[in-house]
Amino acid sequence: MADQTFPVPGPLETERTGGNAAFLEWMHSWIVTVDHKKLGILYIAYALLFMVVGGAEILVVRIQLALPWSGIVSPGVYNQLFTMHGTTMVFLMGMPILFGMGNYLVPLMIGARDMAFPRLNALSFWLTAFGGFMLYFSYIGGFGLYGMGNAPDVGWFAYAPLTSLKISPGHNTDYWALSLIVAGFGTLGTAINIVATVISMRCKGMTLTRMPLFVWLMFITSALTLVTITPLTAAQIMLEIDRYLGGHFFDAAAGGAPLLWIHLFWIFGHPEVYVLVLPAFGVANEVIPVFSRKAIFGYSAMVMASVGIGFVSLSVWAHHMFTVGMSAFSNSFFVLSTEVVGIFTGIKIFNWIATMWGGRIQFRVPMLFCTAFLFQMLIAGLTGIMLSVAPWDWQLHNSYFLIAHFHYVLLGAIVTCVFAAFYYWYPKAIGRMMSERLGKWHFWLFLLGFHMTFDIMHIVGLDGMPRSIYTYPADRGWLWMNVIITIGAFIQAIAVLIFVWNLIWSARHGEIAGNDPWDAWTLEWASPSPPPAYNFAIEPVVRSRRPLWDIKHPNDPDWKYEP
Amino acid sequence: MPSRGMVAMICLIIGEAAIFSMFILAYIYYTGRSLSGPTPAILSAPVFNTICLLSSSFTIVFAERAIDRGKMRTFGVLWAITIGLGLEFLAGTAKEWYELIYHDGLTVSTNLFGTTFYSLVGLHATHVILGMIMLSVVLVLTLQGRVNQSHSERIKVLALYWHFVDWVWVAVFTVVYLVGK
Repeated sequence: MADQTFPVPGPLETERTGGNAAFLEWMHSWIVTVDHKKLGILYIAYALLFMVVGGAEILVVRIQLALPWSGIVSPGVYNQLFTMHGTTMVFLMGMPILFGMGNYLVPLMIGARDMAFPRLNALSFWLTAFGGFMLYFSYIGGFGLYGMGNAPDVGWFAYAPLTSLKISPGHNTDYWALSLIVAGFGTLGTAINIVATVISMRCKGMTLTRMPLFVWLMFITSALTLVTITPLTAAQIMLEIDRYLGGHFFDAAAGGAPLLWIHLFWIFGHPEVYVLVLPAFGVANEVIPVFSRKAIFGYSAMVMASVGIGFVSLSVWAHHMFTVGMSAFSNSFFVLSTEVVGIFTGIKIFNWIATMWGGRIQFRVPMLFCTAFLFQMLIAGLTGIMLSVAPWDWQLHNSYFLIAHFHYVLLGAIVTCVFAAFYYWYPKAIGRMMSERLGKWHFWLFLLGFHMTFDIMHIVGLDGMPRSIYTYPADRGWLWMNVIITIGAFIQAIAVLIFVWNLIWSARHGEIAGNDPWDAWTLEWASPSPPPAYNFAIEPVVRSRRPLWDIKHPNDPDWKYEP
Repeated sequence: MPSRGMVAMICLIIGEAAIFSMFILAYIYYTGRSLSGPTPAILSAPVFNTICLLSSSFTIVFAERAIDRGKMRTFGVLWAITIGLGLEFLAGTAKEWYELIYHDGLTVSTNLFGTTFYSLVGLHATHVILGMIMLSVVLVLTLQGRVNQSHSERIKVLALYWHFVDWVWVAVFTVVYLVGK
């Protein structure tokens, strides 16, 4: 381990004494904070809370589906559970956890003292947080005018006309729309902040072509978010105009078109997948080189492929809509544009494998997760290509094959990389290493549960089981598969509990990390663990893509070889 | 490095442009699809209003130049004219809506045309109102003598928002009063 103390030697935080007043002061400091690191941790803690909540919801769904006609929950509650699971995992868990990591890491990685707008950052977090709490308040506040309804139960995509006032009376659908509008403004604020930080706050020598790839990916994600989350906000404003002011946007009886909602939702919904997956790619871009002991292969190809994904992802949304009956031209266009994404993703997977090729790979826990990510992303991409072929999609649309595909993306790629990021950057944020032993238990159990659940889900989907159904007849031959899927879900839940326990246990008992436990190369490892409020005492100067390599190897610095 | 305020405002404008695009898309998609009630034929193009709003983009540019040179009195006058032009625009919209509601019987719930018209024009008017509030804050601070040359950067960021509000009206005007009629 290189003992790099540049530029601040040792932790400078003052020790706090115990007592009630000190606790209140500590709480207060977290609530009024504008520090990007504290806000990043708040984002992540908030997202972990909702990860547990959203996970618990889907476990109930899985118990219900394990056996035909099990009747564990009523159909109404079942609809609420899968709606809340989807909404929670995308908006309250996925986005906050990735933006939280971006918040924490982007300023550190580019050698800045904070985000471009610290107060906007705090505002964004609290908007996002209140959006989430408002959504869950619907459980008690959603009774509405007619004493009906409770939590939203219209599916996470809330297709019209199911959301119309006649079909969904009460306030639960309004809670869904309004809380996502509020959380959406928070997301927009963070996205603006990250773009401004990356463009305007880089330290001396940190040119765009020297930025760590994680920063590049957060930058592209944030830029994409600007035009992704806003169409959803527009659609939800239209929905609320329909519901509160008697408008007719999605009212077929007055000539309106429910089809418009589907378009608007997926104009948001598809780029959203890339908003979630690009930061995960960014994590892999940081972890794989460090644990392969090699610089990333094809840096500029990685950047270009990411920018390419960002642009192409804006023109693929209607591949969610092959079954609504579009023209042959539209179908062909969206088939082709979707498959172009596969080319860019292929470039990335090629580069990751080329980075590992010939490296001295250390299979520490972050690397284990990233290796699993490579395989799972490949399979997720391949089933994506299958579903992008319109006739195939006509057959399997809204079947469990589709559910398996996008959970392969969301869990197999994104959450797997998020776990890798936790094990990799936890020592930086907390100052102690996470337990490798618990980490390996977490990894292998999660891998086992994941594949039990989602591999089988492909097959049950090919067998014709549709999504979002309350139950199924016993004679379809789906029984044993659903049992395995449910068992797999519980194994994943156990793995996540081990992970949460690891987070708590290691904060007390973990090995002291030091500044740079992984012998890594990016700037965040130059500051103490945890970093002081101002990150760097003097502004770092960067001459290559691996500034810490240059410091550790003054005789063989990278800047001699980089263009 | 570029100014972070400018970068952030450009990002906000990109996001806002996406929101406007969705409402414009909905307006075009629903043109001529109303099953009953008034049609866009009842609209008359608010030419004077449009001239006022677009002129305010020019007055604010001159205000920016004035603050660059430290001429605070000129800045204040031009800024006040900008606000006046914006207020005229809002008054014109209010008058237009009053006539549509009370003479033509068109409200947001009358038919598809009403829904899309009021939401698109209303979305723009909301942005004008937000802009007026922010411009007025600057005017009050200027009258108190608390704005000076060193604030020119921030003034320009705010002015950029105002330019967006003005020029997005060109798109709305074209779609609603020229193409959609």
